[in-house]
Amino acid sequence: MNVNVPPPPAIEADRLTKRYGEAVAVDGISFALPAGTVTGLLGGNGAGKTTTIGMIMSLVAPTSGRVSVLGHDMARDAYRVLHRMNFESPYVDLPHRLTVRQNLSVFGRLYGVRNVSERIALLAADLDLKDFIDRASGKLSAGQKTRVALAKALINEPDVLILDEPTASLDPDTADWIRGHLERYRAKHNATILLASHNMAEVERLCDRVIMMKRGKIVDDDAPAKLLARYGRRNLEEVFLDVARGRSGAEKEAAE
Amino acid sequence: MIATSPSFSFARIFAMVMRHWYLLRSSWPRLLELIYWPLVQMVMWGFLQSFMAKQTGALAMAAGTFLAAVLLWDILFRGQLGFSFSFLEEMWSRNLANLMISPLRPVEFVLSMIAMSVIRLIIGVVPVTFLAMYFFGFNLWGLGIALGAFFANLLLTSWAIGLICAGLVLRNGMGAEGLTWSIMFLFLPLTCVYYPVATLPVWLQPVSWMLPPTAVFEGMRSLVLENTFRADLMLWSFGLNVIWIALAGWAFMRLMQSSKRAGSLLSVGE
Repeated sequence: MNVNVPPPPAIEADRLTKRYGEAVAVDGISFALPAGTVTGLLGGNGAGKTTTIGMIMSLVAPTSGRVSVLGHDMARDAYRVLHRMNFESPYVDLPHRLTVRQNLSVFGRLYGVRNVSERIALLAADLDLKDFIDRASGKLSAGQKTRVALAKALINEPDVLILDEPTASLDPDTADWIRGHLERYRAKHNATILLASHNMAEVERLCDRVIMMKRGKIVDDDAPAKLLARYGRRNLEEVFLDVARGRSGAEKEAAE
Repeated sequence: MIATSPSFSFARIFAMVMRHWYLLRSSWPRLLELIYWPLVQMVMWGFLQSFMAKQTGALAMAAGTFLAAVLLWDILFRGQLGFSFSFLEEMWSRNLANLMISPLRPVEFVLSMIAMSVIRLIIGVVPVTFLAMYFFGFNLWGLGIALGAFFANLLLTSWAIGLICAGLVLRNGMGAEGLTWSIMFLFLPLTCVYYPVATLPVWLQPVSWMLPPTAVFEGMRSLVLENTFRADLMLWSFGLNVIWIALAGWAFMRLMQSSKRAGSLLSVGE
């Protein structure tokens, strides 16, 4: 018997809910992200993006529902898949006094990278870290720190990469450079990328799909081009404002 | 891509030890801090012991145990601080989330902190024991094999307390950091570091005996004053330590689960 079983989604959330007392941070959201896709998670402050990311990475325990990564339930089997994931956020730091090389070496060993020195040399070349590879991480500029954080996130060549505002506070040139690198990484490794960002141009450029959240719920979920068409807008920033101000795409379609 | 990840890895423990070793090596204030307090304590108690040794009677006898007491107390206190500091460094540098989403298992994380506790202790206390020998003629190493039993029991207690402190900081954030510095001082009067258990009120003595270091300090006095090694006390202390470590491990895991439920791992260091 030859049955083609489709691979599990790279990330799957099923009625995922997180409550903090009376406050509902994430309210029964469901989505499935196929392998090799780049998905943007958009929403205003307090929409539930960071909590959702926290639950995907098993940093936050869901109140109900489940989340799985590469077919593994993160509440039960996180350690079966954590070595195939990684994460970058400007709100999480690397130890400041350690040099870039030392930090990458520590994380390389934590992730079980076989030839750590070789991998670091490759990342240093790819991400242009050579000039400051032996400098303390705390003494780097914002742009350099972001490149180092990205190097740490790529140290294990993850199948699933989760990025929380990867280009926040970067100048346009550095931000563009980072986006280009992410595009190349996805193409080369067929990696799945989930990206939370407030930068709509970035999301439009990188993402195949956009999930829009508001007050813990998913209020829209589609390809960027389809969202633009449905909302009758020229860019995602205008779509974002429509969503933030309570005008859904369906309402807009009905009105027209 | 990394294909597999073993459920236990010495390489991951080694990576964490290297992380802290790099930090220690790069920061002379951190190295100085390791030796500063044990040295100050040793000097102060050394002079006090010298002064009291010139008196007569029970006071002079009690004074003979001061330096041993203070050096053993430092093993307990520094062992706990060494453990807790490794944890706090992750909080201070906002690196904990990076570790928590890595393949590093909680037991490996704990074992790396234990290893660092021993390394910090060796850097901080061992040189001071030689200085005590040079300046005050007190040879802690002269306690012989008993020293190994004292050392092991005190370290086990220090890790149990360090584990509970780490769990509380994990769950409650940096607001609980103060506990790390002060919790051991609760043990100072109760474990009878400088006086026999019989000094305590009768109702407090059973509480004192439930603390593993109490038997160590009683055993030390027995050895220094009566030249008798009390194996029974060491076994009692070890038995209590097994229970304490098990309870502390359980508490740490519960506090970690609780912090995941509370979402506090997302805001560590704040």
